[in-house]
Formats: sequence, C-alpha cells, structure tokens
Amino acid sequence: MSKVCSLKEAVASYVKDGDTLYAAGFTHLIPFAAGHEIIRQGRKNLTLARATPDLIYDQMVAAGCARKVIFSYMGNPGVGSLRIVRSELEAGRLEWEEYSHFGMITRLSAGASGLPFLPMKQTGAADLEKANPNIRRVTDPYSGEEVVVVPALNPDVAIVHVQRADRSGNAHIWGILGEQKEAAFAARHVILTAEELVDEDVIRSDPNRSMIPGFIVDAVCEVPFASHPSYTQGYYDRDNAFYLSWDQISESPEAVRAWLDEWVYGVQDRAEYWQKLGAETHERLRVTPNLSSPVNYGAY
Amino acid sequence: MEYNASELMIINAARLLRDGDVVFVGVGQPNLACNLARRTHAPNLLMIYEAGVIGARPARLPLSIGDPTLVSGASLVCSMYDVFTLYLQRGNVDVGFLGGAQIDRYGNINATVIGPYDHPKVRLPGSGGSQEIAAWANRCYIMTPHQKRRFPEKVDFVTSAGFLNGNGERQAAGLRGGGPQAVVTNLGILEPDDSGEMILTALHPGCTLEQAQDNTGWPLKAAPQLRLTEPPTAEELRILRDELDPDRIYLK
Repeated sequence: MSKVCSLKEAVASYVKDGDTLYAAGFTHLIPFAAGHEIIRQGRKNLTLARATPDLIYDQMVAAGCARKVIFSYMGNPGVGSLRIVRSELEAGRLEWEEYSHFGMITRLSAGASGLPFLPMKQTGAADLEKANPNIRRVTDPYSGEEVVVVPALNPDVAIVHVQRADRSGNAHIWGILGEQKEAAFAARHVILTAEELVDEDVIRSDPNRSMIPGFIVDAVCEVPFASHPSYTQGYYDRDNAFYLSWDQISESPEAVRAWLDEWVYGVQDRAEYWQKLGAETHERLRVTPNLSSPVNYGAY
Repeated sequence: MEYNASELMIINAARLLRDGDVVFVGVGQPNLACNLARRTHAPNLLMIYEAGVIGARPARLPLSIGDPTLVSGASLVCSMYDVFTLYLQRGNVDVGFLGGAQIDRYGNINATVIGPYDHPKVRLPGSGGSQEIAAWANRCYIMTPHQKRRFPEKVDFVTSAGFLNGNGERQAAGLRGGGPQAVVTNLGILEPDDSGEMILTALHPGCTLEQAQDNTGWPLKAAPQLRLTEPPTAEELRILRDELDPDRIYLK
C-alpha cells in the first residue's frame, strides 16, 4: 500500500500541538526538513525528545514550537554550547527532563519492545536520579541487588530519515544507526523521509539492510537532502561549517529570527532550501563513492 | 622541541594506552590521543565510538562524535543500545575517556550544572555517554587544563562517579570498572591513592609541585616518588600536527 505523500501533508496529518515528538538520528540522518516544516506549520507546546537536541531542536525552540525538552546531551556537537535551549533552560522558560544517553535509549527500547520499563546496572552517580523522579530503583528478584529503571518512552510521533525506502515505507539504513529503529517502533505514528524512493525490488534485494518495516510507517516522503546540515552516509557530508556558524548566529535573537525568516519561513520546502544553499555548498558536501562488496543471498 | 599544553596532554594520555586495549573514544583530544597511540606503540588499539561504531579507522579528523569517516572502513556498526549494552555494560571496554567542567578530590566529574540543578547558574551539556563509561570501563582517563575552578574539593553535581567519597565507596557500590586511573593536565598527572584520593604522581618538564598545588582546589598531595614525564618526541608531535590534526582544530 502506498503511503507516499508530501512532507507538508505528513506533518499536517500526524503532528499535533502538544505532541511528544522524537526526531531520530544520532548526528547522522537528523530530519531537519521535517523540523523546518513543523516550524512553518506553527506547531506549539511540543515535547521534544532526542538524545542530543542538536541544532534541529535549538531551531524549533527558537521558533516557539516547544514546551519541554527531553535529552541526554545538550551541546552543539563538535562545537560547544547549544545556546538557545541552554538559555531557555537557564531562564526557566523551558521545562526539561534529563537522562544519560544510555538512560534515554533504554527508555526508547522499552517503548519499542512493549515493556513498561527496563533495568540498567547502577553507575554510582546518583545525582541525576535525585533530580529526575522518573529514574528509580527496583530489586532484582533473582540476585536481590538493586538495579536502576527508566520508564518506556512512547512518543506520539517519530520522524526518521533514511537513505532509501519503497512506497510502503520499508526502509534501508546504513551508517550510524543511532536509535532510528527504536524510535520508530516506540512511536504511535512514524513519518519517514527518504533520500530516494525506490522499487520494492531494491529493498527486497537486501533485506538485512532494512531497519524499519513499512507496516509501522504512516507516511513516506521523498525528500532529498532532508538532513542538511546533518548528513546522510554516502549521499552528502555533514556541514561542519554550518554547525560552527550556528554558534555565532545563535548568540543573538535577532540573528536567529533573521535566519529563520530566510531559511525556514522564506522557503517553501527542502528543494527550495537546497537550491538556495548554492553550488559551492553542494560541491563542498559532495561525497566520493565507496561501494561495499556485494553479498550473495542465493536464489532459493 | 616547542609544544603547547594541548599537545603535551594528548601525548601523555596516548602513552597511557596499551596495545590491544578496547577504547571508548570521544571526539576532540581523546580521539587524537587514541589515533596517536595506534600510530605509535599500540597498533592493535580497537576504537569504539558511542554512536555505535566498532573498530573505527578514521581517515580524516572526526569533527563530531558521529562523523561519517568513523563508519567508512570500520569493522562493525551497531545501534546505540547495542553499544551501551553489549559492549559497555557487558564489560567489553578496557578504557574510557571522560571530560567535564569540574573534577574533584576523589575523581568525580561534573558535566551537568554549576549551581543548583533546578535553577542552574551555568547549564552544561550533561552526561551523554559518560555516566556509564565512568562506571563500567575498566580504566578511565581524563584530560583537562590544571585550573583551580576545574579542580574543586567537591563537584557541584556528580555526573560520573569517580571514587565517590573515597575509602572504598566506589567498590562498595559494586561498579565493575576501576574508576579514573589518571588525570592528565598541562602540569602533570594525578592518580588515585589507595583511598581513591587523586594525588600528583608526575610532573611535566619545567613544572613544579607548587604550581600544581596552587592550581588545585584541595590540599594536593604528591606521591613519595614524584616522576618526571618524558618530553614529547619529535615523532609524536609530527604525527599529531602533520597527520592527525593538520588544521590545528584540537591542538590549539
């Protein structure tokens, strides 16, 4: 069954004010195009969950989409501080809930597995446990020792960007896998953005590379370059220069407003955004091909 | 041979790594230390990145913890849940690198907040992977400039456990890893004594005990046999400057 639609339609159908959203991707495959579309459609009071809020949530918080963030590392990766989320937290204007990376992905894994919670071994660092009542302890009924537990996270919507998908949403992902699969299975609705829509035969030629089955996907959107300034392995590089320049832009609310006006509100969609970036940026982010050796599944 | 504080710390951290170690690597200076060790005395160093990359062989300097160069040529890529469970929690990691805004007398680390948690004076990035790395890697190493504000008697917030309040508290907590085994600074190296207190065990050439004590927020003890570290060699500096970080991004 085809679930193909535009990203505009997908966001309009599945992202509601007040939702808990998980935009997946650990540095890799961050779905910026969907984040920008949510900003354009003016969603409010969202709870934004991600291990690393990254620039995507910095921008969504700046645009007034969020009530709360759930995170485990709030920095501009490789650069420094994530200025907007940080200053909103420090000013008490944004609620937050914090875990370690492991706590965060354990929550998602519980949600993805249909479990109420999952245990983790103790770490001896108990201050976060004191600060976040969601982090608790239970006694292991077998050894009698205490383990730390976190509750399932089941977002209303997960957005997952992938290299390629068929029209039903069966998706191939390679490169850093982060928490893509767990986010998709944990969420009530899944919006998939793909660099390429491909024939079902392409997906079926390499089923071990499929991370997400189409039947849990609600919408499939073909959006090339959807993760810039993040990247898509084999398709384009991470725009590290933009991550550096965001450090400066995000120092002033006026510069952020101007940036959002130009690059989010001022464009219709990702295609226009990518064109606007220009040939020099396209060339700078171009990737030399490096193919894997084919595998033989055998004809049975 | 001229060298700066970053080069001095990275080179001394690299020397702590042993051939065959499985290392949980962070981006920036730890990445340089590991790649330097792999190009010198530890060719069989196995590098794991928290993004889920096992056996990475980065061909260029990674500029983020999820740089695509970590994936190309790696031996395995897995999910983050796998990397934290199968590799770290299961006990398959020898060495972890940690960083933070504050490190205290017992090697506890704060990367979360300065001031009260609910009304932070300065909000720092938070744990990321470090809470579990500090608990479960066999040995942890820390690189940091030696400054009083970075070395308080007690951290404002324990993001990652060192030896807690000392005197066997870490061992009593049942953590599998051995805790922080060395803090490499621009003045020397601190290591835990039997009680878990971080004491000065080595000085870099030209640095003094008084300098280290003046820049530490607790009465810093010195080991009875205070070592002097070997100065960086021309070869170590060449690899760092010419091969690993030619644009001097982390060697500043």
